[in-house]
Formats: sequence, structure tokens, C-alpha cells
Amino acid sequence: MARIHGLLCAYWGKITRARLVSSEKRPKKVASVQDPDKNTKIARQFFDAIPYCRTLNMRLDEIGAGQAEMSMPYDERLIGDPATGVISGGAVSALMDSCGGAAVISHPDNTSATATIDLRIDYMRSATPGQRIRAKASCFHVTRSVAFVRAQAFDDDETIPVATAAGAFTFVK
Amino acid sequence: MNRKKPEPVQVIKTRRDAALQTLVGSVPFIDFLGLKFDRRGDELTAIFPFDDRFIGNPVLPAIHGGATAAFLELTAVVGLAWSILWDATETGDFNIADMTAENLPRLPKTIDFTVDYLRTGLPRDAYARARITRSGRRYASVQVEGWQDNRDRPFAQGIGHFLMPSSKA
Repeated sequence: MARIHGLLCAYWGKITRARLVSSEKRPKKVASVQDPDKNTKIARQFFDAIPYCRTLNMRLDEIGAGQAEMSMPYDERLIGDPATGVISGGAVSALMDSCGGAAVISHPDNTSATATIDLRIDYMRSATPGQRIRAKASCFHVTRSVAFVRAQAFDDDETIPVATAAGAFTFVK
Repeated sequence: MNRKKPEPVQVIKTRRDAALQTLVGSVPFIDFLGLKFDRRGDELTAIFPFDDRFIGNPVLPAIHGGATAAFLELTAVVGLAWSILWDATETGDFNIADMTAENLPRLPKTIDFTVDYLRTGLPRDAYARARITRSGRRYASVQVEGWQDNRDRPFAQGIGHFLMPSSKA
């Protein structure tokens, strides 16, 4: 999602950074990171403005402190293997990328937009047809210029992930 | 010697194009993204026509990275499936003339896929070609390069590993 996401996130930054960044920097006027309802609401509004996230009916469920959770309903139009009805890996990539970008943006040290540098996805098993896919992403480590993100995606069975992802995103402390 | 007269070129082309369309048309997500595949002999070029639905950044605007990733991965899957079909046809194991929507060969499964985002995906059509660097009995490695206006300035590249379908193509 690359530069794309970055800029997307620049856009996001304008709207929500004030509310997502740690409260020491902007003490009074804005909601703190500890206000998940408000952050989720803002984030959802933001994600609703991204056409591709809407196209796939993605939902931002949780966000804050360098972590994010997003989910996407099963949809027959997203089938990648006609023999089994299993959703295409490409659809899961979009969810992982968006979720990773959201996690980076919400990191307390973040002061800027982000862009995906690269993203690797390992497909552990087939997602069960008919079930919602949920992704959880977190910033594993951030440096002055790079955020290393890990993410996992699950269906209703939370014991083994459907897919895991590791990515590098641009980051500005 | 009683050599069979070669088939007219148009007959061969029509048959191969029909087989490719059957393969591509069997995957709903390819249709969802609006991907097209252009064939020159055994070489395929995937085309991803731009649409507002694929925007990830409404300000620029730019294509969503998830859409780019899907485009590259599907280019790799179709490229690999096509090469399996092609080889099976050459060796006589499979006749693409017999291929129908009900009688499709199984597709390779993605084991992992890595996308390197090189440049912003502009709101324009994108193209990609896959190169199968290794195709074994069980596993295959595929590289994909995607570009837009300028072939020498790719906007994304991908590399993936795939599990080959177990039954013969």
C-alpha cells in the first residue's frame, strides 16, 4: 500500500493525529489515546472515506498506542479459489496493509504520515468460507525512520491464524 | 511420410484464448478487480484498469496498496496456472480444447507473497508480468513486476512462493 498508504495516512494525520497522538503533546484540547470509543469513531469515519476499504466493507474495530484491529466480511466476489470458495489472498493483503498502516499512525511517537515500504504475507491456512476475517496489527519496533509491523489475521478459529504479515512502514518520530 | 497438416493459426489462437478466458473467468476476485490478461504466445500481460473503487488515498488520489498487492499476486497465480496448462498441453497430458468451466484444473496455492512498493500507484491503468523463476513438482517461485505509464519505472514488484496443484494439470 506503499506510498499510497502513506499519503492516505497523511490525510488521516490531518484529521485525527491531534486526537491520536499522546496527550502530553496536546494536553487539553483533544481526546486522549485512552478514549477508545472516540478514537474508534474518528478512525471509522476516516476509513469510511477510503474507497477501497469501503469497496471491501472493511471496518476498523480498535485503534490506539501502535495497535489496530480491522475486519472484513466474507464476500463471494472475493473468492480466489473457485473449487473451494476460499477468499483470495489478495483480499486479505488489503486488510493486513490497512490494519498495519492504522497501527503505525496510532503509535504515540508518530508525528507524520506513513507509507508501506514492503509487506510480506504468509498464508498459513485457508480461511473458512462464510466467516468474517479479523486482522490485528501492532508496531513491533519503531526507530527514528522505520516502523516494523507484525500482523495476524483470523477467522472464527482463533487458534491458528489464517495469515500472518510482517512489514516495514515509513516512520517519523 | 504421412504428416498431419498443421491446424490453421486462427484455430489454435481461438482455442488458446478460450482456454485462458475460461481459466481467468473462473476466479470471482479477478472479475471483481476487472483484471484482463493479454496473451502473446505463452507470455501473459495482466492489465488492471483504473477505477475509483481502488483508491486508497483520496487526496492524491492513489491506488490502494492492497489492490496493488492483489493485482500482483493474481498475475503470479494466473501466470503459473497458465504455464502448467501450457506445459501439460505440449506434453499431451491435457488438452485445453477439453477445458470447460466445470472441468478446470486446480489453481496453485499461495504460500507467501511479498510486495515491494516502489512508487505511488497513480490513478491510471497498471500492467504486470510474472516470471516463473522456478517451477518444481511441488513448489514454485514467481517474480512479478508492475508498471504504469513507463515500463522502466515499475511502481511495485512482488515475489511469491506457491504450492503446485497435486493432481496433474
